[in-house]
Amino acid sequence: MTINDGPIVEDDLQAYVDGRLPEVRHAAVEAYLAQNPDVRERITLDIRQRNALRGQLEGKFAEPVPPRLWLANIRAARRNTMMWRLKAVAASLLVFTVGAGAGWFAANHEALAPPVTTAVAQNANAAYRTYVVEVAHPVEVASAQEAHLIQWLSRRLGKPLAAPDLMPFGYRLMGGRLLPGNGSAAAQLMYDDASGKRLTLYVRAAEGSETAFRFQRDGEAATFAWIDQGFGFAVTAPATREELLPIAEAVYRRFN
Amino acid sequence: MADPGPLIEPHIPALRRYAFALLRDRDRADDLVQDTLERALSRWLLRRPDGDVRAWLFAILRNLHVSRWRRDRRHGASVDIDEAAPSVAARQEAALEVHDVLAALDQLPEEQKSLLLLVGVEDFSYDDAARILGMPIGTVMSRLSRARQRLRALVETGKVTLLRRVK
Repeated sequence: MTINDGPIVEDDLQAYVDGRLPEVRHAAVEAYLAQNPDVRERITLDIRQRNALRGQLEGKFAEPVPPRLWLANIRAARRNTMMWRLKAVAASLLVFTVGAGAGWFAANHEALAPPVTTAVAQNANAAYRTYVVEVAHPVEVASAQEAHLIQWLSRRLGKPLAAPDLMPFGYRLMGGRLLPGNGSAAAQLMYDDASGKRLTLYVRAAEGSETAFRFQRDGEAATFAWIDQGFGFAVTAPATREELLPIAEAVYRRFN
Repeated sequence: MADPGPLIEPHIPALRRYAFALLRDRDRADDLVQDTLERALSRWLLRRPDGDVRAWLFAILRNLHVSRWRRDRRHGASVDIDEAAPSVAARQEAALEVHDVLAALDQLPEEQKSLLLLVGVEDFSYDDAARILGMPIGTVMSRLSRARQRLRALVETGKVTLLRRVK
């Protein structure tokens, strides 16, 4: 990059600041700096600032790595995600198998079936677990195409949908995706906050009359689910009951 | 398949340092590092096998950072690019202490900031820094010179000064 005996240029000075000047060039640059006090002054300041910056960041480098950044833990989380996907596939296969010859089963079905709200909450939770950890493709259609997204999901669901504005709670719409949901289509809208925390709103058709909010917690993820006008709704996020309730209420009001 | 762990793990402290210098927020910096590591594990087999792992990791982190910053900017009000880079904290300081170079760095555009960090703190070669930042290798030195000039001006005047470009 530098010519050994050419005139001193800016590149030489930068390399001098970084201590990367080839040995043969060193003396020439020092001689030049001795003759040019203005240049020497600014180069000295550059070196001081470089050292100060390194010094300020030394403590950060020396800190112990927090457990959430241990590769073993990150790997375990990835394995969990894959297990969830496998379970989802296994569950859908089971539904087909059972459905094939399940006449006798139908009689008991009514009594055994969990309340619809619980089913909606469970579907929402499974979808949350699958997609919220997704780094590359968390959503199918990003919020940049919000109009298209909403139109598409509304058509597939058979319900005019809207993306509730959750900015008052610090959550911004990332986008959404279409999912299989209990024999018809389901929609998942994903939001995130400034810290990257993700929240999903899950909607699918559901039988049954209006219900009260039903709260469910599964590990970190908390869900409020309810049935309203033939559709099941669920709001899921890694939050406390108290944090999630006002968000669920806002979503309820938006659709009611 | 070779276990990537021993090749990735030694670089985590430096990734945390770079992320922290970019964001100056503990939790958001570690979120960024976590996403970087997740991506690195999922794309381990896609990297150039003869490539430098450290430079590859830093490039992933930097790309994630820039795409997020762009996305946040799209969602927020539109602002001038020279206004957008500084953090709130930095702008609120009326005069910068000479020793707080890290805070002064916040007032530089992201590319200049990253260049100063990668070369001056992380000790990447000029060529590697250029590759990480996706800039032509021939332009690194002049960009570095401009970044340092701007940083000097900030610390000398104690506030942001838009400099004429001096060749």
